[in-house]
Amino acid sequence: MSVLVNKRTKVICQGFTGKQGTFHSEQAIAYGTRMVGGVTPGKGGQTHLGLPVFNTVRDAVAATGADASMIYVPAAFAADSIMEAAAAGIRVIACITEGIPVRDMRRVKNALRQYYPQVSLIGPNCPGIITPGECKIGIMPGFIHQPGKIGIVSRSGTLTYEAVYQTTHEGLGQSTCIGIGGDPIQGLNFVDCLTLFQSDPQTEGIVLVGEIGGQAEEDAAAFIQSHVSKPVVAYIAGVTAPKGKRMGHAGAVIAGGKGTAEEKYRALEVAGVHTVRSPAEIGRRMREVLGT
Amino acid sequence: MNLHEYQAKALFREYGIPVPAGQAAASVPEAAQAARALGGDSWIVKAQVHAGGRGKAGGVKKVTGVTEVETAAKALLGTRLVTHQTTSQGQPINQVLIETPSGIARELYLACLIDRALERVVFIGSSAGGMDIEEIAAKSPEKILKAACDPIAGLQAYQCRELGFALGLVDKQIAALTRIMLSLFHMFNARDLSLVEINPLVVTGAGELIALDAKVQVDDSALYRQPALAELRDDTQDDPKERAAREHDLNYVALDGTIGCMVNGAGLAMATMDLIKLQGGQPANFLDVGGGATAERVAEAFKIILADPKVKAILVNIFGGIVRCDLIADGIIKAVQEVHVAVPVVVRLEGTNVEQGRERLKASGLKITSAMSLTEGAKQVVVAASGKAA
Repeated sequence: MSVLVNKRTKVICQGFTGKQGTFHSEQAIAYGTRMVGGVTPGKGGQTHLGLPVFNTVRDAVAATGADASMIYVPAAFAADSIMEAAAAGIRVIACITEGIPVRDMRRVKNALRQYYPQVSLIGPNCPGIITPGECKIGIMPGFIHQPGKIGIVSRSGTLTYEAVYQTTHEGLGQSTCIGIGGDPIQGLNFVDCLTLFQSDPQTEGIVLVGEIGGQAEEDAAAFIQSHVSKPVVAYIAGVTAPKGKRMGHAGAVIAGGKGTAEEKYRALEVAGVHTVRSPAEIGRRMREVLGT
Repeated sequence: MNLHEYQAKALFREYGIPVPAGQAAASVPEAAQAARALGGDSWIVKAQVHAGGRGKAGGVKKVTGVTEVETAAKALLGTRLVTHQTTSQGQPINQVLIETPSGIARELYLACLIDRALERVVFIGSSAGGMDIEEIAAKSPEKILKAACDPIAGLQAYQCRELGFALGLVDKQIAALTRIMLSLFHMFNARDLSLVEINPLVVTGAGELIALDAKVQVDDSALYRQPALAELRDDTQDDPKERAAREHDLNYVALDGTIGCMVNGAGLAMATMDLIKLQGGQPANFLDVGGGATAERVAEAFKIILADPKVKAILVNIFGGIVRCDLIADGIIKAVQEVHVAVPVVVRLEGTNVEQGRERLKASGLKITSAMSLTEGAKQVVVAASGKAA
């Protein structure tokens, strides 16, 4: 088992024939992901990387039965691409694109909640999702992963690789790794991913990598306390980060004064999470906690 | 991106949100001219900088007579204003805003922003206007009122009335607040804003509502479709190193320490800073070179880091995923030679072709130390920065 994606997941790429889409589709194919085609409006009927190109996601789903999509279209068009995938019946949408206007994501997120509750949106502005040895949807380097028993969820890209690399090095491997991205409005959040890992039999331990800002880690801590029985190791980046040069104060008011790394650590520790203060200790700590 | 008060108020006027009569001026004669054009015999002269706390810092002056306008403008223009929100260097004052004073009966607080948890636009109101809103939230949270806008239906007039009555407004003031809030909501969406803060929103002696101050933040990601707002960017308000970084698509924040950091990815960059601190060092900056750590970008990053004279050593931490470590090593070598980096450089590479990468760094003959792990890299750079032999 794993969560959200596995070797049976049929994946398409939106923005397939572009530079990013081409490169990362090649990488996904080389990794063994079951890529079934891609979408570039106006290039339907062509073949790219040995796979069919479709004009619309609807055409791609009808012809291939695809149930997952990775999106590499420019920021101005990414919100539309997410909506197109959802409307066509795609179940897992990983949007890698960075810099999507917040107003667009507000619109998309509310529409998904209202009309497509079954869709799992990962990102935007994220590395994507990978079930090692089975399915890679995103920009993460495949070779550092190893099939195993740790579920990893992270707000940061390269820091996720650090956690992956360490759990591989410790011989634990990963069930599934999800990069949820760092945008103000995002798809899956920590709690969604913790829910998935808690009910996944392959996952024996969970690594949570957080960052300063917002209150997603505090929400995760509250959820872990009441709903997660598996051991969780957490690292929060940004203990030394200075407070941003904010012009307005109101954001901090909403969060109720939350947002610093220390506050997040405290909330997680109260919830029984095994925290590490050094990003280099994530893997070792997980091995110790699991007693292997 | 932040707007100046005078720019924000021009935007308010466009959307029918009442603001005091005023004109911006970049010189003393312009200030005098503005005062004459506005008429009357007393004015408020306000320093235009991207920071709050201007009043307490002496950046807002109430004056009588054109001579005093000139004196106030002369004292502010061309200087730097230090407030509790700025660094000790302060922000340069290149314009002042000359305004007609408003009679103030009450000061309220009104803000419009995005609540990340609710994923909605929310309004925040408080009867304790004119004060630091964070302080109010901490001391008397019951004075903070909130209204969340439905994502489909939008802000409703009844929500504005509810807020108005709760703020103690009466009669025509309720309708005036409703108009202001509905216009704000429309402006917030139409112009891709991420924050509007009116502190204070005043009730005048005549019972009118006027936005006495205005802070507006625009969503950076949406500037491509807001050309009129994009033109309002004032680079002089940013740290010059941060500005140079932005021009090269690098994400840089200046800090006070001695160890320069160059990392790919924002999370890993913060984690690297944390690790330096854990090892007893102080980071001199946050710098994310992004996913494509090419030779050019690495060279630019070195230049920006070295523009800070406090830097005694540099830690490069790159997790080469898609980009191969040997290519990154070539980039670092080229950059160190090109930029004539004189301080010790510790490089921690991990990922694809890491062995070849380390060999190239070693063969380069440059003052570059290869670290075998993240912790080791942090230890080495802290020792190097302290001046002891590594």
